[in-house]
Amino acid sequence: MAVINNLRTGAWRVVELITTPVVPSDYLDVIAPLRNARVLRAKVDAVRPETDRSVTLVLRPGRGWVRHEPGQYVRVGVDVDGVRLWRSYSITSSPARRDGRITITVNAVPDGVVSTHLVKKARRGMILHLDVPTGEFQLCAPRPAKALFVTAGSGITPVMGMLRSTLHELSDVVVVHSAGTRAAVVFGDELRTLAAEGRITLIERHTRTDGRLKPADLEELVPDLFERHTWACGPNEMLDALETHWADGEAAHLLRTERFRPTLISSGGGGTVTFTECGTVVETDGSEPLLDSGENAGVLMPSGCRMGICFSCVLPLREGAVRDLRDGQLTVAEPGDSIPVQTCISAAAGPCKIGN
Amino acid sequence: MTTIQRKKSNPIAHLSAEDIEQIGIELDAIRDEVMGSRGEKDAAYIRRVIAWQRGLELGSRGVLLFSIFPPAWLVGTAGLSIAKILENMEVGHNILHGQWDWMRDPKIHSTKWEWDHASPAEQWKHSHNELHHTYTNVVGRDNDLGYGIMRVDEDQRWTKAHLGQPFYNFLNMCFFEYGIAAYDLELGKNLATRKRRQNPKFRADLKKVRNKIAKQMLKDYVIHPALSGPSFLHTIAANATANLIRNIWSHSVIMCGHFPTGVETFERTSIEGETRGEWYLRQMLGSANISGGKAIHLMTGNLSHQIEHHLFPDMPSNRYKEIAPKIQDLFQRYGLSYVSGPLPKQVASAWYKVFRLALPNRGEAAVRRPVERKAPAPSTRWRRAQAPAVLADAKEPALP
Repeated sequence: MAVINNLRTGAWRVVELITTPVVPSDYLDVIAPLRNARVLRAKVDAVRPETDRSVTLVLRPGRGWVRHEPGQYVRVGVDVDGVRLWRSYSITSSPARRDGRITITVNAVPDGVVSTHLVKKARRGMILHLDVPTGEFQLCAPRPAKALFVTAGSGITPVMGMLRSTLHELSDVVVVHSAGTRAAVVFGDELRTLAAEGRITLIERHTRTDGRLKPADLEELVPDLFERHTWACGPNEMLDALETHWADGEAAHLLRTERFRPTLISSGGGGTVTFTECGTVVETDGSEPLLDSGENAGVLMPSGCRMGICFSCVLPLREGAVRDLRDGQLTVAEPGDSIPVQTCISAAAGPCKIGN
Repeated sequence: MTTIQRKKSNPIAHLSAEDIEQIGIELDAIRDEVMGSRGEKDAAYIRRVIAWQRGLELGSRGVLLFSIFPPAWLVGTAGLSIAKILENMEVGHNILHGQWDWMRDPKIHSTKWEWDHASPAEQWKHSHNELHHTYTNVVGRDNDLGYGIMRVDEDQRWTKAHLGQPFYNFLNMCFFEYGIAAYDLELGKNLATRKRRQNPKFRADLKKVRNKIAKQMLKDYVIHPALSGPSFLHTIAANATANLIRNIWSHSVIMCGHFPTGVETFERTSIEGETRGEWYLRQMLGSANISGGKAIHLMTGNLSHQIEHHLFPDMPSNRYKEIAPKIQDLFQRYGLSYVSGPLPKQVASAWYKVFRLALPNRGEAAVRRPVERKAPAPSTRWRRAQAPAVLADAKEPALP
């Protein structure tokens, strides 16, 4: 066995020497994109419409995938009009699925480049890029005697992941879900079936007719509110209101939230730049290149032509937004991203973090 | 050529400072239009070229396993030569310029790419993207003017060593990739003194080049021939030939970029406090195109559009063709000469200069006219004469 292994490694070395300066997987990726464990990818196995604005994608992750915990999300990289963009989506399938597939459910948000693209263009056979699953929004162990899930819109997705995999371990589950209309409820049929079978108590709120849910409404709908371990996911205003309410009720420890943090973009006004590795923080006014801001603050910055043509000054934008000083183009990074930007012609367009 | 500042009749004397900034504004508008319209088609283009290049290289190396048979040798060598040329020109050179960075594909990114060349990408990017493209045709700043071994401008000082430059140029042509590696290392300068030789940065760079060359050699002259068994020697010959063809081709194309008649050079002090418009103008006058069809554009990595490339080094190469008529029109409107010609003519013109300047200046050129000196001033070449609309409300200091 050891001999065979040695032979295999040896043969692979020879192949590597032949393909230099690229690696053999650059060739193999064309034929078998899922076998490369260094670059995690997934193939779209099926596309199922959920509502008229959302689809569920069944994905077959390639080598390198790590089993997820219910409630976690995965960053998905999609080429939209030639540009690779990354977004986070909650995994809605159970990790125990026998075929190793995972599902994500994408809700087309207005002006959402990636979500609109996926809802309109995703097809069976399409290759997406993946990161390993991550996220702290998980059920606790041991499982709570009484659980409450408060969700709104696509906030149901991580909760659906939890229900599908662990509902049999939970005895008393209340789901309070808000959506614009009855038809807009993602997983509506499945939730109603679970309710009809008596496995969950479902409280649907259709905000178009009933108005937005307020924490005070919750008190009425769920009388034993603070006796329950609660998981909430939805728009920031809702989560803020819930957190205040739970804190007021001295039950903050019972509430777990998952929130989407929108990137702050100032209109030409600059922002705080954090150089993550050296820890330097600089206030900028949005008209000075990041390279100059960094150098003036004593950060050792790579530099070159200082006019945007040589790409020697490129550093990763880890979070936040920067603006190209030449044409005003914005580049926005979400946590987890690492988008190379030219610091000599980019200025902060809001608070941002630069890897240097 | 003589630097524009020492010329008897200055070809840009008719342009006012406003004209020059206006040229910059027009060029920025052309740039914005193309850069804003990059999309799926462009991404598909570069991926297609890469796929074809790799397919051709793999196929040719496969055929060369049987290179003992003359037809296989011919087909394989021709294929591998084309593959190597494509890899260096349309793929490598352009990716390393960051032309495809906008796709955010880490596999096709200037910071990650490595090419089939003796010089490691990192070092080449420094000497090429940073020095040559910023200081294009500035005598004393742009080492591409003669690569430090030749005199290609009347304003470069003549020494007896230059008598041999046609021969150096021939050698450089045959071993171009090694010439480039030595050039990127600034070997001449760095080997000159003991202190420079022992500079840790230089030693580290040298080691990287040695490793890169070793790998390249191992591939072309050991592993691939060994795999071809009885065709061992034939494959060595085939790979050497492909490398030679690639070297001669890329050397010729690159000579056409800045050496042909009609291309202007600039004085060292002329770029003090250079504005964006002035930088653009220098690129316009300092480069020459190669006219021809689609095949020429592809095989030269679109350096046949050298002028457009020098104006917008980070614009995807497949888009130069569409902006060329607009650039030509701009030249015409501002009374400037757009230097272009077929490959054989431009190569001959460049070689003629190498021969001519092997000898000291004679006649008119021997008279060195004084230049007006500019006081040292920082350059803000990134700053546009007209700020983009979205930034107009930001606190922008006025142009110096």
